[in-house]
Formats: sequence, structure tokens, C-alpha cells
Amino acid sequence: MWQCLKAVLIVGLASAAAPATAVVNVLATTPEWAALTSEIGGDKVNVYIATTALQDVHRVEARPSLVARARNADLLVATGADLEAGWLPVLQRESGNSKIQIGSPGFFAAANEVRLLDVPVSVDRSMGDVHPFGNPHIHLDPRNLTRVASALAQRLGEIDRANKPSFDARNKSFQERMTEAIKRWEATAAPLKGIPVVVHHQDQKYLLYWLGMKEVAALESKPGIPPSTGHLSDLLQAMQREPAKLILHSAYNDPKPSAWLADRSKIPSVTLPYTVGGSKEAKDLFGLFDDAITKLLAGIKR
Amino acid sequence: MVTKRTLVASAAAALFWVSPSGWADDIQDIRNEIKAIKDGYESRIQALEERLKDTEAKAQKAEASAAKSENKAQEIAAAPGPQAPTGQNAFNPGIGLILSGFYKNLSKDPDVLPYRIGGFVPSGDKIGPGGRGFSLSESELNIYANIDPYFHGHLNAAITGENQVEVEEAFFKTLALPTGFSIKGGRFFSGIGYLNEVHAHAWDFSDQPLAYQAFLGGQYGQNGLQAKWLAPTPVFLEFGAEVGSGQNFPGQARSKNGGNGGAGFFHVGGDFGDSTSWRAGLSHLYHRAKDRNAFEDKSGAFGGISNQFSGKSNLSIADFVLKWAPNGNPLQTNFKIQGEYFHRKEKGDLVFDVNGDPTVNPFAATASAFSSAQSGWYLQGVYQFLPQWRVGLRYDELDSGSPSIGLIGQTDPATGIVITEDDFGTLKKYQSKRSTLMFDWNPSEFTRIRLQYAQDKARRDISDNQFFVQYIYSLGAHGAHKF
Repeated sequence: MWQCLKAVLIVGLASAAAPATAVVNVLATTPEWAALTSEIGGDKVNVYIATTALQDVHRVEARPSLVARARNADLLVATGADLEAGWLPVLQRESGNSKIQIGSPGFFAAANEVRLLDVPVSVDRSMGDVHPFGNPHIHLDPRNLTRVASALAQRLGEIDRANKPSFDARNKSFQERMTEAIKRWEATAAPLKGIPVVVHHQDQKYLLYWLGMKEVAALESKPGIPPSTGHLSDLLQAMQREPAKLILHSAYNDPKPSAWLADRSKIPSVTLPYTVGGSKEAKDLFGLFDDAITKLLAGIKR
Repeated sequence: MVTKRTLVASAAAALFWVSPSGWADDIQDIRNEIKAIKDGYESRIQALEERLKDTEAKAQKAEASAAKSENKAQEIAAAPGPQAPTGQNAFNPGIGLILSGFYKNLSKDPDVLPYRIGGFVPSGDKIGPGGRGFSLSESELNIYANIDPYFHGHLNAAITGENQVEVEEAFFKTLALPTGFSIKGGRFFSGIGYLNEVHAHAWDFSDQPLAYQAFLGGQYGQNGLQAKWLAPTPVFLEFGAEVGSGQNFPGQARSKNGGNGGAGFFHVGGDFGDSTSWRAGLSHLYHRAKDRNAFEDKSGAFGGISNQFSGKSNLSIADFVLKWAPNGNPLQTNFKIQGEYFHRKEKGDLVFDVNGDPTVNPFAATASAFSSAQSGWYLQGVYQFLPQWRVGLRYDELDSGSPSIGLIGQTDPATGIVITEDDFGTLKKYQSKRSTLMFDWNPSEFTRIRLQYAQDKARRDISDNQFFVQYIYSLGAHGAHKF
């Protein structure tokens, strides 16, 4: 046993002592932050994504493969605001990696860079899975992305000083393209202003806020509580009195509750990509908003 | 405008009323007068209109500046702001509480037939299904936080249904050691096996597998140190070693400097695509027990005697767990399968009838060579078939083996008493079996209501039908669970 352990220790120390590669190893909790890190980092970063667009970030397991990735990360890019509270603390603790602990330069929480919506005045678990710091699904307002991008570029520059000019240049280019795109999206999405919608979970909040759409109801009676038939029936009645224009759900949500309500209320249901990879078209952050807006516009024309 | 029109109308009315008189001069005068009034009013109206224009422009300006400040307000709203609470309480640790309780229906009365796993040295009083009827289970109080950039601290105290407080875990863990190393110290659940580190509220069944009950007396806690090293590989490779006081079964507290037994473990894990993740491990627990708690044996000719073991105890565990969810999203459905195999060898001396009277039992307090090889395993699967609803099936088996005991077959020349296998009836070979069916409802992440039925054949020649109803509630901060 000891012989075996010794051998392992020697191999381990040898590999740890080997010169580090020039690339910054990044573990991103979600596809949107992975995409943003790639925008800023380019080929100077090596990004691993902990989750896919079809997974619910609230409920992810601290899988052994993720612990292994956390072990080697120079930078952990997370949403923060307790969105990943169910699994990220385990990764940090089990990783044996001091670089990515809270307070270290290697831990980056995007939510710290923007003002959150829906910060509750008081919290109680009887309200469901409320987020005490506010709604953490911040990436769906592209104006937030530009703020996070600048902070991320700065952080990458602190971690890898040699490549700081590259990160800054790429950030500048991203800011320009994103600002341009935001103008374009805002113009295209003008017909969406004031449109009342039903959502599955409050994860589209920032998109609706940005586009000036109106969230009138949610399929979940309380955040994180799966839609019940009782609640859906109540919603159906409400929709017959005062119909919304669209029923929205994200790619990772169960499509059945939306389909149920759409079927009976004759209100069109739209599957939004939610994040990069959530649809064929949402290949990157630009594709994400292109696709979301296209689908919303198509929805109100139906 | 209104005044202008009214005026013209009244002037016209005046003109009409005057005209029958027929005097042209007068008419001309009146016309002039009206014109003068009209001119005067028109200039005033013009002035008014200009003023209106002015005000309108001003209003527009104000609107624009209002819009501007609104934009600013939006910008401010979107700009980062302080989020964390401030003040002394901001640094309070996370505090979580687990409430749990049972209703149990047991076909065999545990007061009449105490829970002793057939063929195994008793492993303590924390095993078995507990008492009949309503009972309060342990209330777990968890308090944890990062202490500083270097250490994390955690306390897990169990307030038992018998009104006692037990420190289940109280440890520190390093956060800032380099190259994948971490050290845990204090009291903690050992890293051996898969289920050993898992707290009761996170078990998929109401009770521990028989193997854990027989070999470890439930869960094995160390008072000591644990060092772990995570390999810098994309595959999860973890190595751990522990040294401790060895005070818990199968060890025994000893008054000595240095460690008293230890453990080592190795874990490997990874993913198969997006949907499946797994972990497998090998562990070893070593003890050198001296005068381990004497255990009663009522089966032989000498009645209720007590025997005591001293020697080496080596336990090896192989474990695996595999979790599956469509696209790795466990919300709708998911499946978990896990199994562990235990093998223990004990070698040393067994003192026969420790407190016996030599006039009654000529072999009282006699030590003889003892060795045993025992094994056990379980396999369980849990399937979430709908959000909030899960069903699980578990099968347990233990093989006690036949111990080799030096005294067996020996004859006392004076009395002619022969020691037989029956004098060590507790340790006679037995195969324990148990099948368990579980069904639970989880309306939220913080509530679990469970029904469990088990056919328990752990006790020698006894089949017990056990029916449990259990609740588990989680209040306050809830630490993230390990895989």
C-alpha cells in the first residue's frame, strides 16, 4: 500500500513541478460564461464547461469529473449569487486547489459585476427556491454581458499578465460587436415591447426586462416547485380571462407543462435557448440573442 | 382662442342688433371699434401663442432631460451594487438543521429478540431497526463556514431521540495547500467506502446496509487526521490516508501515544457522455484492538458469558456508484445504482468467559488463538420516475464464515468438560439476508416523506417484516452534497 502511495506521490509531484503551459485553464460553470471566456481569452485560454444547455444549473451533481477539472483550473468562472450553491462549494472544497477558492483571483462570480433584479426584501423557504441575492440569470440581458466581459478581461489579465494586451484587445472588439448587436436587436425586437408572457421559471427575467416584455405569470407556482395540475388549471382560467401573448420555457425545462397550457389556451408556446447550445442556432452569445428574438417575433406573429 | 371667438360672436350680434337703425357713420364707427378690439386681441393672442410655443419647447426639453436621467437611473440600476449583508452577522456561519422521525411497525419485538446480526461480533448499539411505534430520529445540527483563506470548519451535532447530544463530526479542512493536497483533522466520517461519509438525511433508504451495520457499527468516525491528494488528471483520481485514535468499532480506544489504526482509500471516477457519471473505490481500514468490548454469548453450556477479542482487524471495501439522468438533467427522471463489497479478517486472541468463575468454568478467562474471515455486500438502485417521486430496491447479504477458535475441542482433564462450537454460538456461521423496498415523495429539495418495507433476516433464524414511515426536513442553510 505504502509503496503504491509513494509511487503515486512521486508521479504527482513530478507532474506538479513540470512547467505550466502558457494557456489559462478555465472551468466555467455554464455555457454562457464559457462562451464569454472564449470571446475574451481566445486561444490563450482552455475552457471546460461544467454543464450543458439542457441541464438545470440549480440542480447539478458535484460529479467526480468536475472535481478533477476544478483541481487543474487556474480560473473558475461562475454566475455566483448562489445559483450554483448546490454543487460549487463541493467542487471548491474537494478540488484541493487554493487558486479557485472564494476571495482568490481565480474565482470569478459574474453576478458581482451587475445589479440583480428581484432582490427579495425578505426570504423564507415557504416562498420556494428564492434567491436571497436576487435573480441570478443575468446573462440574458446583453448589456450585462458587456459589463461582465470587461471585468473578466481584467481578471484574466491579472492571472496571465503576459497576455493582458490580448485580453484587452479582444474585450474591446467584443464590446464593439456587442454594442452594435444590442442596437440591432433592440430595433428588431421593438414589436415585443409590452407583450405579456407566461414563463416556466423566472430564468428569462433579464431578457424580458431588456426587451420591455411583461411577465404576467409563471408555470411554477413558486420558484423551483414543478408546475402542478392545480396551478396550471388556475393559470388556464386566468389566461381565458386575460390572455398572454406567449408561453415561454427554456430548453432545459420540461416542455410538457407549457404544451399543456398552450394546447388549451391556444396561446403559442415558444422554446427559448436560454444559453449557448440551447438550440441549433445559439452557437455563441450573438447567436443566442439572434435566436431568442427571432423565436419571440415568430411567436407573436403566429 | 375661446375668448377670441366669443368676442367676434358678440361683436357680430351687436352689429346685427344695431343695423336696423340704418346709420352708416355709426356703423363705420362700430366697425372701427371692433377692428381695434380685434387687433388688440390678435396681438395678445399672438403673444399667448408664442408663450405657449415657448412653454412647449421647455416641456420637451424637460422631457428629454427626464428621459436622460431615466437612462441614467437604468444604468445605475444595472451597475454593480453592494449585495452582501454588512455588520457583525455578515460572517455568521451557515447553519442548517435536519428534522427526522419515524413510525415503525416491526413484526418481531426488538425488546424480546435483540438485534444481533447472526455470526458477527456485535458492533455496538447503533444498529438494527430501533424500537416499535413512533420515534424521533437524530436531529442534525450543521454549522459550517470558511474560517479564513486557509481553513474550512464544520460541526455536525446530532441531538438524539434519547435527549443526548453527540458530536458526529467536528473538523477543519485545509483550503490552501498546493498541488491538490488537503488535510482534514478533528472528528470526521472516514473516507472509506461510498456511504460512510454520507449523512443519514441523504441516505436513499431509511437505514444503513447490513454490511455497514455488521462491519462498522453503522458509520465509521475517526478522531484524527486525513490527508487527501487529487491527481492532476482529467480523470478523477483521489488518494487518501487517515490515522486516528481508532476508538470506534471495529477498533477500541487505547491509552497510547501516536495513532491507533488507520485507513487508506483510492477513488476513481468520470463521465460516460453527458448522461452518466460514476465513481469507484477501494478502501482499507486497519486496527489493532486491545481488549475490545466484551460481547455476551448466551448460547453455550455456561449461560450468559462474555468473550473478548484482542488483535488485528483488517477491513477492505470495494465500492461503486453510477448515476444516470437524460442529458444529465436529473429533474424529470434519474437513476442511481450503487454497491459495496466488504471483507474483514480478524486475527488475534479471544479470551473466553472474561468474568467467569474458574470453579464453574475451568476455561474461564482463558485466551486462545482466534481468526475469522467475513464478508458482506449490498446492491441498490433508486429510480426517480416522476419529478418528486422515487422508488428504490436494495438487497443485502452477509456471510459470517466460521471462525477458528483455539479453545474449541479442548478438554479439561479435571472435570472432563469439552469446549465445543456451541460454546461460541454467537459466532457460528450464518448468512444474513435482507430485501428492502423504498418509496419516497420529495415535494421540494427540503422535504422527504418515505415509506420503506424490509424483510430482514439478519438475526439468526428470525425473519422480521419491517415497515417504516419516515420524514426528513432540512431547514436553513443546506451544504451541498458530495457525488
